Amino acid sequence: MISSYKQNPARIPALGARAFALLLLSLLLMFLDHRDNHLDAVRNAISAAVYPMRIIVAAPVNFWAWASDLSKSKKELQTENSRLRAEILLTAARLQRLTSLEAENNRLRDFLEARRRVQDEVRVVTIMAVDANPFKHNIVLDLGSSQGVYAGQAIINADGIIGVVMEAGPLTSDAILISDPGHALLVEVNRNGLRTLAYGTGEFGRLDLPGLPNNADIRTGDLLVTSGLGGTFPSGYPVAVVDTVTRIPQDAFAEVTATPTAALDQMREVMLIWSAQHDEQATNDE
Amino acid sequence: MSKYHANRNLPVFMTIVVALMLTMMPLPDSMSAFRPDWVALIILFWAMTVPRSYGVGAAFITGIFVDVAQATLLGQYALALVVITYITVKSHLLIRVFPLLQLTATIFALLALYQFLLFWINGVAGVEAPAVSYWGPVITGTLIWPLLYSFMSNVRNRVQLGN
Repeated sequence: MISSYKQNPARIPALGARAFALLLLSLLLMFLDHRDNHLDAVRNAISAAVYPMRIIVAAPVNFWAWASDLSKSKKELQTENSRLRAEILLTAARLQRLTSLEAENNRLRDFLEARRRVQDEVRVVTIMAVDANPFKHNIVLDLGSSQGVYAGQAIINADGIIGVVMEAGPLTSDAILISDPGHALLVEVNRNGLRTLAYGTGEFGRLDLPGLPNNADIRTGDLLVTSGLGGTFPSGYPVAVVDTVTRIPQDAFAEVTATPTAALDQMREVMLIWSAQHDEQATNDE
Repeated sequence: MSKYHANRNLPVFMTIVVALMLTMMPLPDSMSAFRPDWVALIILFWAMTVPRSYGVGAAFITGIFVDVAQATLLGQYALALVVITYITVKSHLLIRVFPLLQLTATIFALLALYQFLLFWINGVAGVEAPAVSYWGPVITGTLIWPLLYSFMSNVRNRVQLGN
């Protein structure tokens, strides 16, 4: 009986044992990865192998963008050019005022003996045309740890906060958007400094602010900016505009929703912030 | 011998790489929840046709690559793939003689188990995701299976893999 079982052609040697061992191994990997990011080295090595695949996958989209740029008529380009020129003029004019305001702010902070605000370094990054984590709202950036990207780095665009870097691989990095249901950030109402948490909802156009009591001073149209207290995001960047405030008398908390100022589902380029705080910490660690 | 093996491995390797790239291919946000899990389907195909060469080990390594490419918990896809591959390899003689309809039903059950494992791990790790991101791939994966199966059988016959 036993010998016939051994000679059974359907039997694959040690299948159960191998499957069990691999099962335990993957459980161990998940445990280590979830705990303390012990496996960054493994992840980085494999990420480098995945990189060429990402390049190939993104190629058709990039090619299409390039081809549509190429086929634009002269007239279209001229109108776009003049529009951009006008925009630059406007922003430059605004920036002139900003420089003097910044100097004034620093002077006033000196009077108050508060720490001067240091300017953050910002760099433009392209979003790779690849899809990643199906369970999260995320983007892949074509810049990695070899260019100084680190996990926990804030991402913005011209309109406001976008998200934060989750994993920084050697050549690419994965980032989570503020609209992800697992994401929350500390915001304050620009009008009065009221602080609260803004949670992602899984919809690109909506954030929830569940922690505000019924009598909180918040109205439709209030601008929410980063408070800078969480440590991840530098303070003062716009996040969202409040669009509904529902106060139900028998509930302790008001139902407040807000729309992110940045169009999270229509971006091709974003900016990474190297916060001065992080640089200070890095030099302290060395 | 080793060269012969390398030649035999190449088509399997290529199909897995293509499946990985299809997984990363950008889709509109409304459609991305309904992307079939190409990697799982390809792994299941090779596990039922050449179970001796491509079993749980290949599933595990592929799973780790998916985890890195998708930025999920390292080991999440690996675990789910190992489980469904184990079941497939264990019963490959039975599955292989199934008529296509029954085979497709089996694939449906395996994909459902696969997504349940992913859901379960997400739950433990505290990742919230809309329900459609779990049942979407099960439905499209099952629907695409008959086509993929005939295509892959064609590929397999050309490279003369399996029995």
